[in-house]
Amino acid sequence: MLTYLVFFIITAATYALFSLGLNLQWGVTGLLNFGHVAFMTVGAYTTVLLSLSGVPLIVATVLGAIVAALLGAILGISTLRLREDYLAIVTIGASEVVRLIALNEEWLTKGPFGVANYPFPLKNLTNPTMLSRFGFLLLWTAIFVGAGWQLWRWFRRQGDRPKPQAPQPPRANPKLLGIGLSGLLGIGLWLVGVQAILTAYYDKVGLMLVLVTVLALVYWRSQISVNAPWGRVLKALREDEAVAQALGKNVFWYKLQALMLGGAIAGIAGAFYAWNLSYINPDNFKTDITFYAWTVVVLGGAGSNAGTILGALIYGAFESVMNFLPNIFQFLHSIIPAIPGDLNAIIDPGRLGAAQSMVVGLLLIVLMMARPQGILGKKEELTLGR
Amino acid sequence: MVDNAPNGPHQPTSGNDTLESLVNVPSDLAADLDDIEDLPRSPEMQLPLLAASNLVKSFGGIQAVDRVSIEVAQGSITGLVGPNGAGKTTLFNLLANTLHPDQGRVLFDGEPIQNLPSHLIARMGMVRTFQVARVLSRLSVMDNLLLAAQKQTGEKFWNTWFRPRAIAREEQQNREQAMHILDSIGLAHMAFEYAGALSGGQRKLLEIGRALMTNPKLILLDEPAAGVNPTLINQICDRIQAWNREGMTFLIIEHNMDVIMSLCDRVWVLADGKNLAVGTPAEIQANEEVLTAYLGQ
Repeated sequence: MLTYLVFFIITAATYALFSLGLNLQWGVTGLLNFGHVAFMTVGAYTTVLLSLSGVPLIVATVLGAIVAALLGAILGISTLRLREDYLAIVTIGASEVVRLIALNEEWLTKGPFGVANYPFPLKNLTNPTMLSRFGFLLLWTAIFVGAGWQLWRWFRRQGDRPKPQAPQPPRANPKLLGIGLSGLLGIGLWLVGVQAILTAYYDKVGLMLVLVTVLALVYWRSQISVNAPWGRVLKALREDEAVAQALGKNVFWYKLQALMLGGAIAGIAGAFYAWNLSYINPDNFKTDITFYAWTVVVLGGAGSNAGTILGALIYGAFESVMNFLPNIFQFLHSIIPAIPGDLNAIIDPGRLGAAQSMVVGLLLIVLMMARPQGILGKKEELTLGR
Repeated sequence: MVDNAPNGPHQPTSGNDTLESLVNVPSDLAADLDDIEDLPRSPEMQLPLLAASNLVKSFGGIQAVDRVSIEVAQGSITGLVGPNGAGKTTLFNLLANTLHPDQGRVLFDGEPIQNLPSHLIARMGMVRTFQVARVLSRLSVMDNLLLAAQKQTGEKFWNTWFRPRAIAREEQQNREQAMHILDSIGLAHMAFEYAGALSGGQRKLLEIGRALMTNPKLILLDEPAAGVNPTLINQICDRIQAWNREGMTFLIIEHNMDVIMSLCDRVWVLADGKNLAVGTPAEIQANEEVLTAYLGQ
């Protein structure tokens, strides 16, 4: 069970990191990027291949991010002068091109056979000393304390806003409920980590630790930039490029920056994706992955980094539930024998995969009807005229 | 029809007044001082702040702007009028380089700018507003203004990580300036609302405020009074005159002749993409050609 939870945290955190890149590009800057997986592919392959040829992991990862950013630059220079819907078409095409190159350039990527046995962070640390376990614990706790503090500050800020004076009927405060649930979730995740570090350490626990640290760093730094004047320019581009240009902002350069930075973040996410899979081939980088990220960003609320991370957790949890679906069906079948139908046909992996996409789509439709702004999005924004 | 330019042409009372002084002096008081002391006005001819000559722009077969020239004197309020389709907004786009002219030269502050990208022109001190007010809906009114501040340290990505103190200090200053401007355009109470929640007239004001926030030398206003109620038009005119007295230069496209006549020192008339006439508001009003083309008499 613990192994599974660690796997869940790694998966969700990878999605979160990947989606933070998309959120910067689309949620903040308004760039319609439908080829986000291309950055992940490039980041993953660059990192893995370089580390296989002996380049230190950290250097390989940074280079992976840089190459992904360069891909962003190439895409940007050739397409950012286009209107946004054309950008969407070009990016989706570019991501397929990247995947096909990975599939066909066998001298470089081993094509469909894929790459395996590459190193990942803390792979060889099978039994850490008490001291390093203590260090890990401290780091892990610090991240969660930091997240909790952010949550608390966010909650306080909500209170500062002037509220309409109408008397509120006494009812459950949704914000309080939200903060309570997120708090519980956070404590739960923290406990998983603590137990894994202290009693059941294995190589992926180290990976989880590194990944969550990187995620926290990226979140923290991108929050700072997005809330700074730099982020204000990006949001202005999302609203109206002509205005930003008339006010002296170099529109093209800012859009390029957003595309490159989002790409670099996705490149790092790609490295972690590869490390978690321990084996990659081009099939791991299909267009679906792009739309997982879109689901996550839309779910959490476009433009909100915190929402993106929450969306990734929810989406990751949903995927896990779908993975357990055969067991759930079996269980139901065992207690209610009257369930009709051929059990083996229902729990066939192919069918379940298709069912998963259907359920994701259905859930998104329901969410968009009930809460079109996403979980942490701001409802007022939807009612504004242009 | 018109109360003819009551304040007359204004030379800048001083060269480079900061916006703080601009917004701290109540406009009526400044007007009084102006009248009483009758400040000396420099008689020497200055180079025009903006001078465009022989601009040409065609869209397909249509010659939207055909060898048009225009000059805007330093410290003036210059009007640009003409019937619909005369090429006024196209000319604005050419001046601000949102569109690039097929031919012609534009000198701003003594430098040729017709080949510069438009964001650099804004940085040089020429800023425009749009005919249909464009605000950044999902940003607050305050953020709309803050965006306009020029040369912000925090607009460079790495600075957001490595120079947070400098950015915080700058933001504080900019916020104060923005609040002054919001006060002067009567939007202070809306500062933290979404700009998308503003009414049409308020958006016009916000646009002008945003233009001011760039600390420009010249503001191009595209129909500041269109779709605005008469009281608000008067307020906008008063503000424009007050800012002009502080040294700001304006070029205004406007269909409302009352506004043009009461504000402008000099009026340029376009028709069918060509220069038709230029002169003081009184001269323009008396010009037969203009009356035929524009006022339809």
